Amino acid sequence: MQRRAIFKGRLLPYLLLAPQVAVTVLFFLWPAGRALWQSVHLQDPFGLYSEFVWFENFQAVLSDPNYLGTVQVSVLFSAAVAGLSLSVALLLAALADTKIRGAGLYKSLLIWPYALAPAIAAVLFLFVFNPEIGLLGRAMNGMGLGWDYRLNGGQALLMVVLAASAKQISYNFIFFLAGLQAIPRSVLEAASIDGAGPVRRFFTITFPLLSPTTFFLLVVNVVYAFFETFGTIHALTRGGPGKSTETLIYRVYQDGVVSNDLGGSSAQSVILMVIVIALTAIQFRFIERKVHYA
Amino acid sequence: MATVELRQVTKRYGAVEAIRGIDVAARDGEFLVLLGPSGCGKSTLLRMVAGLESITGGEIAIGGRRVDGLEPKDRDIAMVFQNYALYPHMSVFDNMAYGLKIRGLPKAEIRARVTRTAEMLELAPYLDRRPSQLSGGQRQRVAMGRAVVREPAAFLFDEPLSNLDAKLRTQMRLEIKRLQARLGVTSLYVTHDQVEAMTLADRILVMNQGVAEQIGAPLEIYSRPASLFVAGFIGSPPMNILDARIADDGRGLLLGGGGRIALPGPLAAEAGQPVKLGIRPEHLKPTAGPGGLSLTVELSEALGAETVLYGRLDGGQPAQLRMAGMPAHRPGDVLPVTADPSDLHLFDPRTGRRRPDTEQPGWAERRISAVS
Repeated sequence: MQRRAIFKGRLLPYLLLAPQVAVTVLFFLWPAGRALWQSVHLQDPFGLYSEFVWFENFQAVLSDPNYLGTVQVSVLFSAAVAGLSLSVALLLAALADTKIRGAGLYKSLLIWPYALAPAIAAVLFLFVFNPEIGLLGRAMNGMGLGWDYRLNGGQALLMVVLAASAKQISYNFIFFLAGLQAIPRSVLEAASIDGAGPVRRFFTITFPLLSPTTFFLLVVNVVYAFFETFGTIHALTRGGPGKSTETLIYRVYQDGVVSNDLGGSSAQSVILMVIVIALTAIQFRFIERKVHYA
Repeated sequence: MATVELRQVTKRYGAVEAIRGIDVAARDGEFLVLLGPSGCGKSTLLRMVAGLESITGGEIAIGGRRVDGLEPKDRDIAMVFQNYALYPHMSVFDNMAYGLKIRGLPKAEIRARVTRTAEMLELAPYLDRRPSQLSGGQRQRVAMGRAVVREPAAFLFDEPLSNLDAKLRTQMRLEIKRLQARLGVTSLYVTHDQVEAMTLADRILVMNQGVAEQIGAPLEIYSRPASLFVAGFIGSPPMNILDARIADDGRGLLLGGGGRIALPGPLAAEAGQPVKLGIRPEHLKPTAGPGGLSLTVELSEALGAETVLYGRLDGGQPAQLRMAGMPAHRPGDVLPVTADPSDLHLFDPRTGRRRPDTEQPGWAERRISAVS
């Protein structure tokens, strides 16, 4: 179905586009351009003086042994967030798709967490996981598990992964549920007559037919984990303890805003941009081949 | 080797009784068509045999084994769906092999069976294609191939031809008939199309509002409809259903406005009683002599081989008349018409059922003498 609006004159369509274009320019293109410019300049902390330094900033970043550690944390963090939020969302969607009493209520409730701002979600997680006042934190310490994410890097990473995934699960859930409902009932019925049980039906029919949705969500989730989890990490751990939860995006903030190394921070931004572009391209190149579009 | 038996099968959705006690047994190798208008419960009945819907009451047995508590996969049936329900992400080969793989047949046997079935259905050149690369008719054949290759005890068809265009439908109808005759597998076939039902069926089960109106061979149903519903549903154009009253002498029916038609036998005991009279359009014939009915022509549809006249009988009741060839009757013409007494169908206006006295052999014998 195609609907086309016909406008008289040129002005109105441009006016209607203007707000979106303005937002894109102001918050995406301009900062990206600034990052590119800054990444090849050395600036004093107050931005009063700058000098063109070719790729010295990149050299400095890539030769820093700490940077490799940050890359490792980022990869681990992103894989865990994407994997966890996709698999939990798929499980919930598959369950919500069956005929159960109150399915509509479950669906609404599962969508709610997406409306939470990252900082608020993080505070909720603090109330749960704080070793002294958190519900679960206290319980775990009470059982002698030695829970303190402020000291234990592994525990801190686990917590930010859970917090970052929680919100994304809602988002993925909506898409998976829509994808599941788009699969014709009769195809699944044909499979059950052909002798396939529920588990077999899921893996041989449902999952392959869901692949366009899964692929789209994989791209979105990886981009989310790399780029959009700053707020969660900042509110929960500030990259600590040590650098155990410092991802690439958090380090950009750390070096640029806290340490005032604008050139180095911008170089990292550019590297991050390249990584995400490359990841998306790889996903399209290799994984999309296995995707079946009906 | 397999019969399909339904005993007092019911289905209830809350307070609504969708299927109200259906009793039917398909003999081994029989082609049984479930025919009815949409919403009559025929698809539900088929899905209950398949195990896709639970039954509320009664029993279903396939090959003498009670199956109504079993999962679809344990019922040894195969089903062809209206929208084919092919697995869109699998090749034609994999679509047909899916059920065999699940049953754990050896690879060589799967290949042999699929190849044999594909050749029978002329699908061999398309085994590597995806369903989306096939035409409607080919998809339909793959759906049948997927059923055939499993060698089940019974085939279930759920309106398999309704997504095809008219020409392809006729062609596939013949193929289904041929295939079923060749394989000799008991088949249940759901359709709302009476032509499909008449041409395919060994027997037809006519359903209306969850009730079996009549079960019988196609021509038996056509020539002796058991109820007003069947009479009106089978046949195109449909049977004329007229309000009539038994004449005082019991030897004829009065249609109002002076119209009278002779009965084959006397029904004197019920003189003056109202009845519903059914006459098929092809049994209403123009006549030279007086004393019958008269039809005022309103509209004439010439189809070439035959012509259908739409008009009103004496007393204003609408009627249709079907004649061979291309007679030149114009709107406004008044035709004297009559019907052979043996071609009259009488129904009880209260119950809608065929009058039992018209089923008695004696009535039929007297009918012959009355004609001569």
